[in-house]
Amino acid sequence: MSEAALSERVTLGQIFWVFARIGATSFGGGVVAYLQHSLVEKEKWLTADEFMGDLEIAQTLPGLNSTNMSVIVGRKLRGPLGAVAALLGMILPGAAIVMALGFAYVRFRHNPNIALALAGVAAAAVGVLLHVTLKIGWKNLIRLKDLIFVALVFVLVGIFHISLLVTIVSLAPLAIWMNRPVTADRGRHE
Amino acid sequence: MSKTVELINLFALLSLLAVGGGTAVLPQMKYDTVYLHHMISAAQFTEIYSLGQLAPGPNMMCVILIGYHVSGWLGALAVLFAFFLPNTLLCYFVSQIWDVAAGSPWRDAVQRGMAPIVIGLMLAGCYALGKTASYNPSRDWEFNALTLAIGVAVVVVLSLTRMNPALTILAGGVAGYFLLP
Repeated sequence: MSEAALSERVTLGQIFWVFARIGATSFGGGVVAYLQHSLVEKEKWLTADEFMGDLEIAQTLPGLNSTNMSVIVGRKLRGPLGAVAALLGMILPGAAIVMALGFAYVRFRHNPNIALALAGVAAAAVGVLLHVTLKIGWKNLIRLKDLIFVALVFVLVGIFHISLLVTIVSLAPLAIWMNRPVTADRGRHE
Repeated sequence: MSKTVELINLFALLSLLAVGGGTAVLPQMKYDTVYLHHMISAAQFTEIYSLGQLAPGPNMMCVILIGYHVSGWLGALAVLFAFFLPNTLLCYFVSQIWDVAAGSPWRDAVQRGMAPIVIGLMLAGCYALGKTASYNPSRDWEFNALTLAIGVAVVVVLSLTRMNPALTILAGGVAGYFLLP
């Protein structure tokens, strides 16, 4: 579907509400799956291929996949204002709910029973993060070339608290070079 | 006011360093806010992060609670803008010219090269949280055994079933309420 045809159909209000619905219902992380369902299957604003193309950009650039996707898709639908509408829709519901949870937390955190429940919540949150890490990273953990970088980054940032900026700037070029395209290398020698 | 400026500087930098998603900046965020700038305690950081996992929408929205804790509504708003604006602006402009790089074999190299770095950062995030939430030397062994068991149970349940992660976190809260000494 052409972008021009779409922009005639989709209003800023529609963009905001579709993203706000995702922002308000995507419990438990994995916002990308909710986005795919809404944008591709339900609203049909994007084809599956377009979605995957946009997701690739969103994942490669810094930032959260959910907010990057909002900006990219919103812009395609209605330009800069579309991007703002999508981004606000994605962010506002979660921000409101987080603030509400925060106020409840301030109110109840000194109650000893609630403190125990919070300790349980925190212990479970570590499990959730570890699970996601293992799910997307197991391939890197069993590949020696990758495992060296995983371990190096873990030790530098996790143990020695070397700044993220220094770590990324020094290791990323090396890691990318080690995965350099075969053709580029060949081109150099020819 | 100077505290709010400190918040903006800190979270704007983290915004641009969030490679492979928001959780990559977790270890640095904890170190900076807890140990470097003494904005919140390690326990508060861990609890705020965990509460954030119960909310829908973008991951790491919990950052606005750190802002609120430091300087009220102004702080929350400052962190919201600082953490979400730099990277979305970058994304807005780069995605427009992305087609220039389309088909370049280097895109694949960037993704494969960055992947282990992101995983290392996420593991460091697990470690940073786990030091407070899973195994905390200031607690007795019984408490630590239970918090460790809750974390392991969540990993096992999520690996074997399709349960929503937010539900496992709620279940952890219930388990903590009834089981923790």
